[in-house]
Amino acid sequence: MTGNTVVEAKNLVKRFGNLQAVNGISFQVQEGEAFGFLGPNGAGKTSTMRMIQCVSPKTSGELRVFGMDTEEHPREIKLRMGVVPQESNLDPDFTVREGLIQFARYFDIPRHEAAPRADELLAFMALEEKKNSTVEKLSGGMRRRLILARALINHPTLLILDEPTTGLDPQARHLIWEKMRGLVDEGNTILLTTHYMEEAARLCDRIVIMDTGKILVEGRPDELVKAHASEYMVEADTSPDVMQCLKRHQIAFDTYGDKVQIFTRDPKEVTRLLLDECSMDGEVTARPTTLEDVFLKLTGRTLRE
Amino acid sequence: MHLGFPVSYRVWKVWRRNLGSFMRTWKVNFIPPFLEPILYLLALGLGVGSFITEVNGVSYSRFIAPALVSIAVMNAAFFECTYSSYVRMYYQKTFDAMIATPLSIEEVIAGELLWGATRSVIYAVLMFPVLLVFGVIDLPSSFLIFPFAVLAGLLFAALGMCFTAITPSIDGLNYPSFLLITPMFLFSGTFFPLSLLPSFIQVIAFAFLPLAHVVRVIRCFTLNSFSPDVLISLAWVLGATLVLSTISIRLMKKRLIV
Ligand SMILES: Nc1ncnc2c1ncn2[C@@H]1O[C@H](COP(=O)(O)OP(=O)(O)OP(=O)(O)O)[C@@H](O)[C@H]1O
Ligand SMILES: [Mg+2]
Repeated sequence: MTGNTVVEAKNLVKRFGNLQAVNGISFQVQEGEAFGFLGPNGAGKTSTMRMIQCVSPKTSGELRVFGMDTEEHPREIKLRMGVVPQESNLDPDFTVREGLIQFARYFDIPRHEAAPRADELLAFMALEEKKNSTVEKLSGGMRRRLILARALINHPTLLILDEPTTGLDPQARHLIWEKMRGLVDEGNTILLTTHYMEEAARLCDRIVIMDTGKILVEGRPDELVKAHASEYMVEADTSPDVMQCLKRHQIAFDTYGDKVQIFTRDPKEVTRLLLDECSMDGEVTARPTTLEDVFLKLTGRTLRE
Repeated sequence: MHLGFPVSYRVWKVWRRNLGSFMRTWKVNFIPPFLEPILYLLALGLGVGSFITEVNGVSYSRFIAPALVSIAVMNAAFFECTYSSYVRMYYQKTFDAMIATPLSIEEVIAGELLWGATRSVIYAVLMFPVLLVFGVIDLPSSFLIFPFAVLAGLLFAALGMCFTAITPSIDGLNYPSFLLITPMFLFSGTFFPLSLLPSFIQVIAFAFLPLAHVVRVIRCFTLNSFSPDVLISLAWVLGATLVLSTISIRLMKKRLIV
């Protein structure tokens, strides 16, 4: 990390009519960092990404990318940025390879430079065999990889990825993580949104968790787990007896579905207690807490519309 | 440069994209321009025309020839910038992809309009030899059709783009097609002189129907007979093109930049 701030937002607000999609968020992304946005559906992640991409004007606040204001220098910013949108917008009128060369033209990259670059990227994303097919004939995962290849055509130093691995099989997801990590190690900056906690934990140096347009917490994934949840989670089948028993021993717990969940530093003790004193006969599991536990703890379990 | 209208040479990148896509199916695209004038000249020129000795001192085929060019110019640009642009905008999300690159939304729409005008020119160029073979247009004055088709094409492209910008769905585009394009096709001095109609209809036609002006200009090229009226029509077309292009770009920006 060189300490250069690539993206800087201060009190950033985005409104659609009466709906406040982004509600005064502030954050900084440093050069060479992988920075993740997590949050339930409708949290305002895509709205934030689109403002950074200079395709959606902010309602108020400040937003600078590469030190430039997004509304005063969109051209300069977009020239150095690669974008993977949440919704696919690959051009179906061209073959895979032609589409990449076509896209390069928007960046003033001449064909004789774009063609080898396209081949290189197709190899990078393991799509060489599909270079002459049309987009329609690609599977969903291949399309996602192609969009990623497209986002790299202009050698961007900042990548904005809105749910890059949604709908991918584990192989493709691992391939993309590996490629992303490689790009970050070369000094590029990545901003991504994701619903996969594992992805955030593996890939991101820092994350924020957003909900209803606000940033709830920010930090390194492992530190967030430490700060917001005890080290272990004990889960057991729930029953009125068990809940009574836990209350009696003054142990805090959550219930959802047919499980009780107990955050604890001492899983052995809690397990022993459940089995011996609460005379549990169902299943008891103890595991280290994860980012997902933190996420659910902070954003609740209600389903978002 | 970002203030007002950030339009640069990049409009040609949008134009190039559409040309590339057009050329992938060029065979299908090139057939109608040949076929259409032949069908019309046979049916209307020879068929209907055999009942008509002369219209305003020229044969019926020579009278409708400029109308065929004008209608082709209108349809090519109007339908390119309505249905085709709508598909690119809404279904293919091509514009969304483009504005995430150094292109601005203004450039994307301006490029679409230029491409619509290009479709008009392509149509006019392909029809030209057919009309020559039928002997219904004069040379060399008819060559002026080509530069004028750029302007007239832009006009109809911009008109179409205005509807594309405000239509809630692709079906909504049927309204301007039936309620504007069809009457315009019939009541613009195309297949009979406007002077046959009551004068208030003539006034309405020349006030609101772009095709009426386009036909008047192109007719003076193909018949090689210039009159001062033509200058008024040229000015009308130029003015309307500037106004509608500006409006269409504004409306599209309003629709797409949220
Ligand atoms: N173009 C728009 N017009 C009106 N409201 C919008 C628009 N785009 C987004 N919204 C609203 O803004 C809020 C935030 O949406 P956004 O797409 O940013 O969420 P998100 O965090 O990306 O969600 P997801 O995880 O489902 O992709 C939502 O309530 C959404 O309905
Ligand atoms: Mg989203």
